[in-house]
Amino acid sequence: MKPFAYQAPGDAATAVRSVAADPAAVFLGGGTNLVDHLKLGVAAPDLIVDVTAATSNEITDDGAGGLRIGAAVPNSELAADRRVRDRYPVVAQALLSGASGQLRNMATTGGNPLQRTRCVYFQDVTTPCNKRKSGSGCSAIGGYTRYHAILGASEQCIATHPSDLAVALAALDAEVRVLGAAGERGIPFVDLHRLPGEHPELDTVLEHGELILSIDLPPLPMAARSAYRKVRDRASYAFALVSVAAAVDVADGIVRDARIAFGGVAHKPWRATKAEESLRGAPASDDSYRAAAQTELAGAQAQDGIDGGNAFKILLLTRTLVATLRDLAHEET
Amino acid sequence: MTALHSRAIGRDLLRRDGRLKVTGTAPYAYEGPLGKPAYCHLIQATIARGRVTGMDTTSAQAIDGVITVLTADNAERLASTEDNELAVLQSDEVAFRGQIIGAVIAETSEVARHAAGTVQVTYAQEPHDVELSVDRADLYKPYKINPAYPTDTADGDVAAAMASAPVTLENTYTTAMYHNNPMEPHTTTALWDGSLTMWDSTQGVHSARSVIARVFGFDHEQVRVVCPYVGGGFGSKGTPHAHVVVAVMAARATPGRAVKLALTRQQMFFLTGYRTPTIQKMQLAADRDGHLAAIALDVVEQTSRIKEFAEQTGMPTRSMYAAPNRRTTHRLAALDVPVPTWMRAPGECPGMFGPEVALDELAEQLGLDPIELRIRNEPSVDPDSGRPWSSRNLIACLREGAERFGWAERDPAPGVRRQGDWLVGTGVAASVYPTYRMAVSTATLRYERSRYVVEIGAADLGTGTWTTLPQIAADALGVDVDDVDARIGDTDYPIASVAGGSSGMSTWGSAIVEAARAFRDKFGTDPADGDEAEGSVSPPTGKYAMHAFGAQFVEARVHADTGEIRVPRLLGVFAAGRIINPRTARSQFIGGMTMGLSMALHEQSVLDPRFGHVVNHDFADYHISVCADVGDVQAHWIDEYDPHVNAMGSKGIGEIGIVGTAAAVVNAVHHATGVRVRDLPVTLDKVLAQLTPN
Ligand SMILES: Cc1cc2nc3c(=O)[nH]c(=O)nc-3n(C[C@H](O)[C@H](O)[C@H](O)COP(=O)(O)OP(=O)(O)OC[C@H]3O[C@@H](n4cnc5c(N)ncnc54)[C@H](O)[C@@H]3O)c2cc1C
Ligand code: SF4
Repeated sequence: MKPFAYQAPGDAATAVRSVAADPAAVFLGGGTNLVDHLKLGVAAPDLIVDVTAATSNEITDDGAGGLRIGAAVPNSELAADRRVRDRYPVVAQALLSGASGQLRNMATTGGNPLQRTRCVYFQDVTTPCNKRKSGSGCSAIGGYTRYHAILGASEQCIATHPSDLAVALAALDAEVRVLGAAGERGIPFVDLHRLPGEHPELDTVLEHGELILSIDLPPLPMAARSAYRKVRDRASYAFALVSVAAAVDVADGIVRDARIAFGGVAHKPWRATKAEESLRGAPASDDSYRAAAQTELAGAQAQDGIDGGNAFKILLLTRTLVATLRDLAHEET
Repeated sequence: MTALHSRAIGRDLLRRDGRLKVTGTAPYAYEGPLGKPAYCHLIQATIARGRVTGMDTTSAQAIDGVITVLTADNAERLASTEDNELAVLQSDEVAFRGQIIGAVIAETSEVARHAAGTVQVTYAQEPHDVELSVDRADLYKPYKINPAYPTDTADGDVAAAMASAPVTLENTYTTAMYHNNPMEPHTTTALWDGSLTMWDSTQGVHSARSVIARVFGFDHEQVRVVCPYVGGGFGSKGTPHAHVVVAVMAARATPGRAVKLALTRQQMFFLTGYRTPTIQKMQLAADRDGHLAAIALDVVEQTSRIKEFAEQTGMPTRSMYAAPNRRTTHRLAALDVPVPTWMRAPGECPGMFGPEVALDELAEQLGLDPIELRIRNEPSVDPDSGRPWSSRNLIACLREGAERFGWAERDPAPGVRRQGDWLVGTGVAASVYPTYRMAVSTATLRYERSRYVVEIGAADLGTGTWTTLPQIAADALGVDVDDVDARIGDTDYPIASVAGGSSGMSTWGSAIVEAARAFRDKFGTDPADGDEAEGSVSPPTGKYAMHAFGAQFVEARVHADTGEIRVPRLLGVFAAGRIINPRTARSQFIGGMTMGLSMALHEQSVLDPRFGHVVNHDFADYHISVCADVGDVQAHWIDEYDPHVNAMGSKGIGEIGIVGTAAAVVNAVHHATGVRVRDLPVTLDKVLAQLTPN
């Protein structure tokens, strides 16, 4: 671990000023991802600015049925919040399906969506990785691809985004409030993360020094009936092979509306707009759900690789979406 | 052998070291009682084969707090380089990726690690070869298999039986590469002041001493190894690995100042051994009633190019079932990979996967209950050696397990039971583990301040030695167990064999019984303070085939949509001689079974052939079963006393629990789904496509 300087300012403006001024500075939330990267040599900042005191640790009601979640709110508190559980169960379920109790106590709302890929080559500085070192090559292609993308990958990078929370937020049309050197702005959550394209080194659209202040959940009555279904290699404490965040509005056997996002399959939480579109007005049946999955996954591309590659994820995601929607629709009637 | 009258043996006594451990005050190897130690961090090769052509340590040396950097250029020459794994920093050759090519010694562990990362290394890389397969032209027949068994065995004519029998089966089964991964990483603290003191996390202080003494050319008297507590080893701490040699080199580079070396979890995936993947071609021939006419297992597995370790995967097939025609073979590929080693139940653990799944498949072909099939092939003597069994209660385990598990109501049809979204099935497999007793171990018994003190350089890997040795001593002396103390884990105590092969209790306990008898003979029942006697184990007679047996039952659930696999129930019944302490014994059995479950469902070291190393080298990526994966795990045992094994009548129990579990899981998954998986681990992608969703 390279030696670094450490600051813990009490306000957001100071934190932003410090990081924006130093290209080798980074923000620190709960540290559950960044500290690992420091130890592995994946990150080697000169300055670490702890923002847990600089950002809010409160969840506030926006008065219209939505919630503003401060960036410093721990994952465990967010998952336990009564309002979150009632209005957006998908958020609580996503959080509780991730990591472990201890990690969730440390991890923050700002840090969670910005955790970096778990691609084993990204985390191993002895192997080439375009995300870690631009232009060095992608070791995952033709390698161990079980946890890699089937949607939206590029020839430069096939990594997936590991956050469960982010999948729920993408489904719910959340908005991220950020403060940068140029001032404050809002970013639709679905636009926060990028596809890898030619620049896999960039995970998000955030500028250097932009600080997440809060994540805002808009009022969405249908989200009261929402769910997060995560399929993984062991019963707990594992990242998703595939996951589905979904909310549906079903009446009289017809799907009136749906919100769907996928995890574990792309460089960003994958908002399944084509599936949503295909479901609107369709009968609430396994056939419709399957058709929705197939529409969304028409462009899916499996990766070969050692240990059999990841082609199974296409079928797995189809089945998982069907099962999730079936359970939700069933709940509705 | 005169049997011990058991009073303390068999009692459910609390672990004597329990309080120290739960309060965090039991000192482990990294916590040696030292003033101001230095810290050592290893530098590893990033190629799998070739030579180091240069190491620029200038920037590392310049970092504040760096004491020195060891490389092949400046490291001391070792007295013995006969063991290639331990010939560390002796040449520029790289034989596997992750091999130690240097080490930084510094004032803090952080500085050492940082400085290690700044060393610039250049290589002359050569093409490497790390891929195991059955069709390699260079597979070879090792001279022996671990530890010293014949490589191949053959009786009768398997091919003829396969050609003529009415029912035959021929399938290939594979087990993955596994890493031992004890909870406590490998650590060594070493102090050199003309003689060497080493606090090393090891399964045997005496064997660690003799290896280090040989490698450095020290007299045994010059070396003391201390290790009272070990956070698990599973075989990977059975003998010193290369990092221990580096720790000693580092200590000698800073005389008078202790050096601490702890491997990171990632480094353990390169440097502390692993279980070879195995490819098992299995053949069975039977008559319509299920009597085996032939049983054969041909094994292909790997070793490293620099050192041979031949896992004895075919061993259980040699002894488990009766059949007139039999064959086992082992062929190895020597690859540019790290050195494999013992991992809990080497041989038996992988070697009871293929055969026990094959038997389940054969039972299905025959329309016979798999328990009945095993009973029909019970051998009256050991088919391998021809010797009588000292005791063999496999059938009793199968029957009692069936009773406890509720096997009788089982409908054999696969893929027909459904509870909600889950397909449900059950499976069974047998377990076996040889009863070893090592040739060397000595115990001292002394009467000290009105207490009896046993001293023996034995180890407690968390297994219970601290507690069980006094139980044996108490019965051997005929005194209350509360009047007996044990002292272990230090070469200042008499020589003891390594804690391996489930032989500890059998070996050390026998030495203690001898010491107690000598003590009573010399001093009677009214000893004086300081009276002392010694006793040593006698080598096994070899008259009997000695094994522990068991039967494991599994309930598996498979999600009909996603193929997720859950195991809510594991039940094992074992016949392992007299149980010395039911509490510590139960921990061993259920621990082994849980590790077997983990092997069945999760564990797999993924070796990337392009780089030559295991890429999922941490606990987020190398999956081990977590609490949520482990449901109701029960271990029971039958009342067995075996007069031939040792004075205690006990058999080893540390390893048998992991044997057979994976086969039982796979058999249960088949019963649940109708899908037969022959390659471990059984993960959802291997069943998904063949499931009919809701
Ligand atoms: C063993 C293990 C298992 C895990 N399993 C799961 C899982 O199953 N599912 C899952 O979703 N996650 C899992 N995680 C990941 C965990 O959820 C994340 O590490 C955690 O959410 C990150 O939050 P943090 O506050 O600790 O972030 P940090 O580690 O502090 O920071 C992460 C990144 O965010 C940046 N950052 C932090 N706060 C801000 C801010 N306010 N504004 C701008 N940038 C910021 C940091 O600079 C850094 O780049 C696991 C982690 C571990 C170690
Ligand atoms: S998939 Fe992306 S993160 Fe992984 S090695 Fe390739 S470039 Fe790096």
